[in-house]
Parts: sequence; structure tokens; C-alpha cells
Amino acid sequence: MAKQSAEVVVQGLKKILISEEQELDEEVQAKVEMLIAELQGKKHGSHLHCKDPDARKLDHGFHFFKTNIFDAHPEFFRELAEGQHPKFLVVACSDSRVSPSVVLNFKPGEAFESRNIANMVPQFDRIRHTEIGAVIEYAIKSLQVDNILIMGHSRCGGIERLMKLPDHTQTFDFIDEWVKIGLPAKKKVLQEAGNLPFEEQLTLCEKESVRNSMGNLLTYPFVRDAVVNGTLTLRGGYYDFVNGSFEQWKMCPKPCH
Amino acid sequence: MLNVHVFESGFTFLLADLRFQCSKWGNPADPVQILDFFQSIVEMESGRDLFDKMKHRFLSFKSHKYIANSEHYQALSKGQAPKFMVIACADSRVCPSNILGFEPGEAFTVRNVANLVPTFESGPSETNAALEFAVNSLEVRNILIVGHSCCGGIRALMSMQDDADSSFIRSWVIVGKKAKLSTKATASNLDFDRQCTHCEKESINNSLLNLLTYPWIEERLKKGLLSLHGGYYDFVDCTFEKWTLDYKGSITDGNNRVIVKDRSFWC
Repeated sequence: MAKQSAEVVVQGLKKILISEEQELDEEVQAKVEMLIAELQGKKHGSHLHCKDPDARKLDHGFHFFKTNIFDAHPEFFRELAEGQHPKFLVVACSDSRVSPSVVLNFKPGEAFESRNIANMVPQFDRIRHTEIGAVIEYAIKSLQVDNILIMGHSRCGGIERLMKLPDHTQTFDFIDEWVKIGLPAKKKVLQEAGNLPFEEQLTLCEKESVRNSMGNLLTYPFVRDAVVNGTLTLRGGYYDFVNGSFEQWKMCPKPCH
Repeated sequence: MLNVHVFESGFTFLLADLRFQCSKWGNPADPVQILDFFQSIVEMESGRDLFDKMKHRFLSFKSHKYIANSEHYQALSKGQAPKFMVIACADSRVCPSNILGFEPGEAFTVRNVANLVPTFESGPSETNAALEFAVNSLEVRNILIVGHSCCGGIRALMSMQDDADSSFIRSWVIVGKKAKLSTKATASNLDFDRQCTHCEKESINNSLLNLLTYPWIEERLKKGLLSLHGGYYDFVDCTFEKWTLDYKGSITDGNNRVIVKDRSFWC
């Protein structure tokens, strides 16, 4: 009965679509097509993108996820829709090569992720840095994550920009202001390894900047409290995609003897 | 009593002492004091760590993807040329690599609370530094803002009272204020959950309009070198809605709203 009534409606809608008397605007037409697809239980939209390879890429990507992952684990996703309980907050770079979900195989629900230029965490500043502040605050106060991982990586454009400043040939209004968060790391690298080739200084700064950001995390009172109480571990990581390696470290409270 | 082991400088602190120091510092503490106090507090560990699960996952990525496609990864290591910049929520359930299948090299990604984009006029921030890099250096062809169902950030925006205490979340989600106002104006008859859903989508469009406030974005739009898209992932039903900003239509509309084209719905 339900199937029949759906078919009747679909026929009616199709008539409207092809009617020469009524011309639908694009938005309404898309909604009608959407409804037809839903009633027929079909995929929709893929035929629209034969001339748009970028849209096709998104379409295929989503359908792969839906078919192979979402539909394959309905109970898991039903529970996840009720709420997320990730154990990790990961701060990673926006670089297209270093998605933590890919490199560290995080499944949906496992990692609350912030991604920005050069995976930086600035010092607590309620006026200037509300964006990252909101992420950390939500992760700790609402989600109560157990770990914060700051993940650096090789060939980081943001760190390179930091190391090349000041640049009198070109300025970036927003990038230059942002990467200055890493200045203490740059200073340390120049002090301790200023004689090394620039490429090596970059690698050192990529790692030192992670440590600098770990220190900056402690300027957030709610981070400090959680670390002191033993409910939060701060971790650093470094993904080297030239050599295919990953190293990690952490702040380590230990029992005293 | 617990110690915090200091690796590089070689001395230890009593954690009780740390608590005392924290209470002395107050809120917020002087960052220079804290950093001086801790100096280098990191400890290098390789393989002996409780982080074994992560190590195994990395090695699995390395063997199944990295080594299996070594030529591709070697090429990528020299430089990235993604076609997309994606702005998505930090929510653990909505990673664009998972839901849209982005492979390494394909999407320069920003993730923040509620996938918001502040205006150019609001000054330097995390997201607009990334925008500047993606548009002016990487010259991406597309910016896609992905919103999603049951967004905690949007819920916080919708629940916000004027006289509430300040918090980071509050100071940040206010970027989406216009979306809240238009939701209240057009959907106040709906229950709160449905208002939030409405606002999740309104907020994407609000952020698309905020993208237009960046001169170098508008310039590339005019030349046809860049497209702006909105996307909405509903993880209750597993559907994805996608639309593209009709730049000319939105500019000539005169009502400061988003005119869209190429809308599609994947289910």
C-alpha cells in the first residue's frame, strides 16, 4: 500500500517537472527531484555532475563512506548520533597531507579535531584567540577528553613562513600574525642550532613549535587544573611524510620514590 | 605525592608544589612565569609508551596506504596542490576525510567549533590565516563549508542568553549571530531542536557571505577562479546536501542573502 502511494506521488511530481505550463525555479526543482529520489529510495545528484569533476569527487566520496562505513555499522552510528565521547582533542595542521583521521586512523567519534596553520596553540587570550580557546574549552569542559595531542609535521609551510620572517618582499596580513605564536620556538632553534642548514632548522622548529604549543596549553586554567588533577595528558607528535615515520612524546607525571 | 619529570633540565618538581604555584598565579596566570617554571617538561619515549594503540594505527596507515602508494606520497612530500579548502566542525563525528573520502593532498582543512568563518573586518584569526594561505598561496579552486546535525556549537549559540557569563565558546559562536537572528525571525514556531537544525544551515550561508568580505576571495570569484560551496552532513539519517553560492546572483540580489545553484542531495 505504502509503495503504491509513493509511486502515485512520484508520477504526479514527474508530471509537474516536465510540464510546459508551469516553470519551476531552480530551488523548487531541486527539492522536487530530491523528493522523487527519496520516495524511490535512489541515490540522487550524481547525474548532475558529469561536467563538474570536483562535485563528482564529493559525491563519490560521500557514497563510498555511506555504503562501506555508515550503512555497514548502523548500530554504531545510531549511538554516535546521540552524542560524541572522544578521548582525544587533536590539534593538527590544515595541510592537506596530514589529516589525523588518515594518518592515525581515528574512527568517527574518537577525536575532536582542531586544524589550523602549523598546528599552533596560542597563549590564553580571551580577546584575540577565542577560536582555539573555544575548541579547548569545549573539549575539556563539555567533552572531558583524556588527551590533547598536538601533531606537527614535516615540510610545514607555516613553520617555514615563521622562520623566514621578517620578509620584506611580501607580507601576509593574517598568516604572519598567526605564525608569530611560534616565535619562542624559532628563537630557541636559532640560539641552539643557528649554524645548521636552513632545512634542518625547519625540522627542529617544527618539533620545537609543538613543545611551545604544549607549554601554551598550560596557560589555560581549565587545562592546568585537569593536568594537575591527573585527568588530562598533554601529548606531542611529529609526522614525517618524507620518511614515513611518526614520533610522539608527552608530559609525564611520575610517582616519586 | 607525584613528580613531574623534567627531561631536559634534569630536575623534578613536587606536584603538590605545582598546585601551590597554580593557586598563586590565579586566573589567568602569567604565561612567562609558567613557562619558566616548567622549562622543558617533555619526555621523549619511543615505543614504550601507553600510546601503543596509536603507534599500531600509524604503522597500519604506513603499510596499507603510505608504502602501498609510495610514489604518490613521495610526490606529495615535495608539495601540496589541493583543489579544496574545507572548513568543517571540530566534532569527532564529522571528519571530512571520513565522510567525503578526501585522500592526502586533496583538501586543505580548517576545523573549528561550529565551522564558522569570521568576517575580514573582525581582524586576524586562526581561520582567516588559513583562508589567506589556501586562496593566495595554494590557489584552491573551491572552498567548502561543511555543517552538520546536532552541532553543539550551534546549540550553544541558540541557547545563549544576553546576561550569561563570558566563556570562550560564547565569544566564538557569536560569529554566527546573524544566523541565530534570521532563525528566530523565520522559524520561531518550530521546537528548539528544529530551530537548531535550521540555524545549522543558516550559519553555513552566513559564513559563505562572510567569505565574500575578503577582497582577495571576491577577486578570484569575479575571475571565475574560485567557487564557494555549502554542505550539510546529517549523521542521524546519513545524508549530505550540497549547494554552490551563485556569486553574481547573491551580489545583485541586494538583500544580503545567499543565492544558490547546483543544489544536490545525497542519500
